[in-house]
Amino acid sequence: MAIGETVRNSQIWKSIFRHPMPLDRRNRIVVMLTNFFLHLHPVSIKKQGIALSFTWCMGGVTFFLFLVETVTGVLLMFYYRPTLEWAYNDILALRDVTSLGILRELHRWAAHAMVITTWLHMYRVFLTGSYKPPREFNWVIGVILLLLTLLLSFTGYLLPWDQLAIWAITVGSNMARASPILGYEGPGQQLLTIGGIDMITDGSDARFGLLGARFVGEETLNRFYVLHCIAIPLAAALLLAIHFWRVRKDGGISGPL
Amino acid sequence: MGSFMAIGFTALSATGGLFTLGLARFMFPNVLAEPPSRFKVGFRESFPAGKVETKFVAQFGVWVINSEFQGQQQIYALKTVCTHLGCTPNWLEAEQKFKCPCHGSGFYKDGINFEGPAPRPLERYAIRLSDDGQLEIDKSKAFHEELGQWAEPESYVSV
Repeated sequence: MAIGETVRNSQIWKSIFRHPMPLDRRNRIVVMLTNFFLHLHPVSIKKQGIALSFTWCMGGVTFFLFLVETVTGVLLMFYYRPTLEWAYNDILALRDVTSLGILRELHRWAAHAMVITTWLHMYRVFLTGSYKPPREFNWVIGVILLLLTLLLSFTGYLLPWDQLAIWAITVGSNMARASPILGYEGPGQQLLTIGGIDMITDGSDARFGLLGARFVGEETLNRFYVLHCIAIPLAAALLLAIHFWRVRKDGGISGPL
Repeated sequence: MGSFMAIGFTALSATGGLFTLGLARFMFPNVLAEPPSRFKVGFRESFPAGKVETKFVAQFGVWVINSEFQGQQQIYALKTVCTHLGCTPNWLEAEQKFKCPCHGSGFYKDGINFEGPAPRPLERYAIRLSDDGQLEIDKSKAFHEELGQWAEPESYVSV
């Protein structure tokens, strides 16, 4: 088509797309190597890498849900304020005032699904022996990612600031005060007494560090909001990058060593 | 005299270590904004013998009780926090016991745990007669029965 030709020969087009359309094998490889988004992927993968009965694709689905959570999460941030005055009302507003009204539900459903698919992924990795040497460290990274996923669920649970949220976090965080050494009601609490002064008290133990106060209140809401939206996703993204890198370096998904 | 690289990386690691320590300290604020811990609840006459007063539970998190404990008639203040995992028990007047809705811990009127997963009795707050004769509770001081602290005179007011 003449118009298509003109567009594709224009300076604007050629400044964005430097190579010809990937319609033959050479250009497909060139695009995979030079495109920012595509160069993260391998140029080609083995056929067994997409054998669903072997891989289940649960790792990929989990990552997809992580991206869904990030996008829906950012959208929720446009309407949600993490203060005592507004938190609960803003969650209601997300349901009653915004179009469609199910953005918060999408975020919640994807969160439930992500925990389930993480478990299925770990189960598959175990069944196929893909944790055995030299892949042990990637399994360890995976376990840490599981912990981060559960922490994301834990911190996110408080944000609606309803009775369910407040008491669930109260009960969950009260377990932290019984930690050995670092909890003010745990065994070995006096081990960190320096010069007669208790280092670990109800205002300075692990539970306090988590809550930001001595009980679940406004400081906790803010702290959990930052953990949920910034700190833990950043840590998870970093570990995900290493996790995928390790798979690539070990010959690609489901590849023999 | 170390090599250029060794000095550089040592300095980097030291800076990284100091940053991590500073980060940990940063997460623990030095000042907290909390409601005042001392408040008055009325005169002794407002609490007849045997009564468990529940009207201060929502605002102050305390039950004010006039009852007998170890042969002594006392007014004491119990903290409304279940010693299992921190929920608020309910006072059941008909059954004369505190029952936690979360996991079923049960406490007698004096706060002693007798059923469910609670490992120890409810805690008492410090209570005293203030200058104007009213009962004043101080939430900054808690008394644990299992540590023998209910014998301390600050943990009750005799009637």
